[in-house]
Amino acid sequence: MLYYSNMKRLNIITGHFGSGKTEFALNLALAQKGQTTIVDMDTVNPYYRTADAKEILESNGIRVILPRFANTNVDLPALPSEIISVFTNHETTGIFDVGGDEDGALALGRYNPYFMKEPYEMYFVINARRPLTRTKEGIIEILREVEAASRLSVTKLVNATNLGPETTAEIVLEGQSIVEEVSRMTGIPVGYTAIKKGLEISVANPIMPLELYIKSPF
Amino acid sequence: MAEKVLMKGNEAVAEAAIQAGCRLFFGYPITPQTEVSAYMAKRMPKIGGTFLQAESEVAAINMVYGAAGAGARVMTSSSSPGISLKQEGISYIVGSDLPCVIINIVRGGPGLGGIQPAQSDYFQAVKGGGHGDYHLIVLAPSSIQELVDMTQEAFDIADQYRMPVMIMGDGMLGQMMEPVEFGAKEGRKLPEKTWAANGTEGKRPRNIINSLYIEASDLEELVLERYERYKEVEKNEVKVEEYMVEDADYVIAAYGTIARVAKTAILALREEGIKVGLIRPITLWPFPTESFKKAAETAKGFLTVEMSMGQMVEDVRLAVDGKKPVEFFGRTGGIVPTPDEICDAIRKMKEGK
Repeated sequence: MLYYSNMKRLNIITGHFGSGKTEFALNLALAQKGQTTIVDMDTVNPYYRTADAKEILESNGIRVILPRFANTNVDLPALPSEIISVFTNHETTGIFDVGGDEDGALALGRYNPYFMKEPYEMYFVINARRPLTRTKEGIIEILREVEAASRLSVTKLVNATNLGPETTAEIVLEGQSIVEEVSRMTGIPVGYTAIKKGLEISVANPIMPLELYIKSPF
Repeated sequence: MAEKVLMKGNEAVAEAAIQAGCRLFFGYPITPQTEVSAYMAKRMPKIGGTFLQAESEVAAINMVYGAAGAGARVMTSSSSPGISLKQEGISYIVGSDLPCVIINIVRGGPGLGGIQPAQSDYFQAVKGGGHGDYHLIVLAPSSIQELVDMTQEAFDIADQYRMPVMIMGDGMLGQMMEPVEFGAKEGRKLPEKTWAANGTEGKRPRNIINSLYIEASDLEELVLERYERYKEVEKNEVKVEEYMVEDADYVIAAYGTIARVAKTAILALREEGIKVGLIRPITLWPFPTESFKKAAETAKGFLTVEMSMGQMVEDVRLAVDGKKPVEFFGRTGGIVPTPDEICDAIRKMKEGK
């Protein structure tokens, strides 16, 4: 797929929880051709996370690095030492799914020296139908908090505006205009519009059709 | 109506409480309900309210006791082990006839148990939990929208009957996201809080908030009066959803998110030609006894499905009163039953196994 060809090796996916960040990270990982590693760095959410999609990722040849106790009863989100291997093995594309807010982004700080050595892409995924990111001001406030906590800079915005099963093209486009406004105000380009497969819209930036992997039991 | 937004159950319950006029929240974080506290911590200071992270759950519930005694709309929230810690305070609040709202986003137990979703606090919520003769009104929403609507109503119900209202959801309800809207709702017409200890300004006798009675006869009289009020609650406040019950040979009893898993199973079973329905208690106390009595006239049997070893099943059996068999299927410790497992349990009943 053309629009994945100019990807950087290190890709950090951030955004407020509920932005659609994990689904975006999963789809980005599954779209890769070569060696790929996905790192679940979410230290905020106890359920509904990358760990839930471990099987499908591994059956597609993607290496999955999870917090030591993800999806167990140990409420201690320790990050495993294997994460370092993504920085030292230059053959692999790394996708880092980072936890929900500035507290989640704090975990990135520990890897700051590695990100300083190599150009990275840091996506900020936006759902303009989430209460704290309804407006450009709200979005920029959280974006800056995430940047401050991680000591890294967002390089691409992603419009993933959705209302779960009630998402329509109008809702995505309403989010698009807010995200484009954020782009104008911050100078950060819109990397993708991520929409669930089946929705048809037309925007200036590339579209990433999302297959949804994290499912509820009903 | 306002535009819909996508919210996590824990955030939605916090926002709903704020919109219901709650300006005081006392809590202590615990997975899987910590986002309630996190949301309150962000929002309360912006709207002139108070969020206070207490030093423990015991402290938090006693802050609720004090605020409720002063007549304020107040809420606390926790998950199973934290709710156990609050039981003494809850009993005192009941004993002082005070209204408040308590959220329990249930996780696996006993003890510290686990952080995955469960429904094993049913007995604690419905049959007591604290000491003494009493009931809580217990609401069990199954979607985020219902959680929002019920939270707003819970404050009114609490004020109307001067009782604590507990909202019980399992961890899934706290963590999952769904579209919701917050509409301005017509509140209930509520009596003035003439009992509140909020300052006499020298104009009236003092109000005293108390649960200790020196004479046994005084205490008995008060408890009897309280149970008269409970009769009113049982008469007015029962809420239940009946789904495809009319022609059903088998009726599933399930509450909360598990009722949604059951609905998926029911549709699959009906494809196979097995007529199955669902009775979903929305209020766990008062329990919708009448719905089960009525269904017992026409159904061949009942299956209660819970994320526990079988707790609500006892109330279903009491309601069905031996007229039809009441079976049980459950998973526990944080495991969520699947639609397939529920289908198998119904098929077994049909085959008489």
